[in-house]
Amino acid sequence: MIIPTKEKGADISRRDLLKKGGAMATVTLASGVTLMSFGGKARADGLKPGARWGLLIDAGKCPEDCSACVSACSKEHGWENNGLNTDPQWIRKVTLREKSSGRENSLPVMCQHCDEPPCVDVCPTGASFKREDGIVLVNKHTCIGCRYCMMACPFKARSFVHEPVTDQRTHSPRGNGTVEGCNMCVHKIDRGDGTTACVEACQATGNNAMMFGDLNDPESDIAIAVSTYASVELRADLGLGLGVRYQNI
Amino acid sequence: MERIVYRELRSTPKVWGVMALCAAFVAAAGAVVLYIEHSGHIVTGMNNQIVWGVPHVFAIFLIVAASGALNVSSIGSVFGKMAYKPVARLANLLAVSLLMGGLAVLVLDLGRPDRLIMAMYTYNFSSIFAWNILLYTGFMGVVAVYLYTLMARGVDPRALKAASLLAFVWRLALTTGTGSIFGWLVARTAYDSAIMAPMFIAMSFSFGMAMFMLVMILTTSITQRVYSPELRTRQARLLGVFVAAVLYFVIVHHLSNIYLAKKGAYESWILLNGGIYTWLFWVGQVLIGGIIPMILLFHPKIDVKKGYVLLAALLVVLGGFAQLYVIIVGGQAFPLEIFPGFEVSSSFSDGVINEYTPEWIEFVLGFGGIALALMIAGLGMKFLRIVPDNLSDDNVDPTLLAD
Repeated sequence: MIIPTKEKGADISRRDLLKKGGAMATVTLASGVTLMSFGGKARADGLKPGARWGLLIDAGKCPEDCSACVSACSKEHGWENNGLNTDPQWIRKVTLREKSSGRENSLPVMCQHCDEPPCVDVCPTGASFKREDGIVLVNKHTCIGCRYCMMACPFKARSFVHEPVTDQRTHSPRGNGTVEGCNMCVHKIDRGDGTTACVEACQATGNNAMMFGDLNDPESDIAIAVSTYASVELRADLGLGLGVRYQNI
Repeated sequence: MERIVYRELRSTPKVWGVMALCAAFVAAAGAVVLYIEHSGHIVTGMNNQIVWGVPHVFAIFLIVAASGALNVSSIGSVFGKMAYKPVARLANLLAVSLLMGGLAVLVLDLGRPDRLIMAMYTYNFSSIFAWNILLYTGFMGVVAVYLYTLMARGVDPRALKAASLLAFVWRLALTTGTGSIFGWLVARTAYDSAIMAPMFIAMSFSFGMAMFMLVMILTTSITQRVYSPELRTRQARLLGVFVAAVLYFVIVHHLSNIYLAKKGAYESWILLNGGIYTWLFWVGQVLIGGIIPMILLFHPKIDVKKGYVLLAALLVVLGGFAQLYVIIVGGQAFPLEIFPGFEVSSSFSDGVINEYTPEWIEFVLGFGGIALALMIAGLGMKFLRIVPDNLSDDNVDPTLLAD
């Protein structure tokens, strides 16, 4: 079984994790969980030492007219895009047309949860951070809204909250003047759902274009799929080691 | 040749008039900050594609000009051009005040300016932004010490030399940090270039000298003091050299980009088809901010001693704003290339030139920063012995007049 080789950072994290022991890892992760929970009950059932959560997206199975993943994310996290360029967009459908052949394609783009996230590198306060399991998050309590992460992100994965927000989900806090983006449904992962809202919605449509799982677990469906069929990272030239991979672009 | 005498500005209606005007701008900017704080950035023209807008153009101009203003002082203390010594105090004061004005705009445009304290005690040392926080605050301290060594009696000349050298090195680091904010953004075609750091240093020389000359001319004019025409001419010619240096870096930057096939689309857009950005580049940055000031300062048939210095400095400042607008906003307007070889479209502006129409409140905030800088400088000149009272040609270092 070939394990994906791009997860260099996650491998280092795993080693660290094992070295420091489960207790310390739990403390480290629990702080992140608590920050994300924002009043909700922090649970850590889904924490899995050594995990590198990721997504595999098959563009060949993603119809252009389907946006179930986008709607599901919007509903799950309480953001809404009404077409204004100040509206947030945690996940978006992008239509591709190959310049040389004219072949058209469609796929969702969201935070790619890099091993070496530029947003984390540039964030002056450390509000942008990467968990041990590879999920890249924004700590809404320490984000000062400088937007440097948005300048640095190669995937336009982040949005700035331009106006006061109401009706927030307790598991997914948002805040005027702070930056936000796909958190890989960290609340679902941490409570042991084993999936994300977008993947659930995609599977419900029957398209099965999205798969979620632990890239570091050789027995997981996603690791098997990645090791069996060709898949690519977006902007692989940047060497960021992404947690999201695509097939059939 | 008399000894140079420094005096506080006298309380005249003109002096207080300028201060009141600055205070009005600062108050207006304060009201704008409260408005944005209350309503969110939705009331500005910035959006999720153009995340840094006009406030950043003003802020970065002032920060870059701040380190450049200090140069006027460094030329005297570090490089031994004694003719510049009489204006060193003002250069130091201006360096600190411009930086304060720029930082004020920068932090007040944050999404959560109330959390600024976060940036003071939770550092991420891999962020050049975090480094800049240290470089900016440290700069103020270093320049304050340097100013003290310039103003206090009985200071050992070696202390002055050491302070001036430290300040000079610090300002180079500071502007390197500011340029690297953009130079290290690998994701964006317009940035991602190590030349950003030295180009920003050249820009700081130019913008800082221009701002210094504008303030010096304005101050000596409203207080009816002398600004040695010989020194002014020498500084004006140096400004011309700095303007040429900026143009040099701009040319090298664009030529290098054109040579890289992957940056070709960006270059043809910004240089030929970029609409407002192309206009601002050629007319604002190159013509108004570069070629015309150089003609005014170097043309053999134009006597630089008799005028046009004020105009040239003003044009350099305007060109500087145009240049930073092209770099900051134009660089974001060009779409990110996430899928090389594909035409892309989405509901989140993929594959299109991003739109941005600045709101007037952004300009109010920006001008508030300039006004704050001038107000701090004005108060400094009012209460400290900063501005020379007798800076005539006769009292300037005769070795300068000889050449």
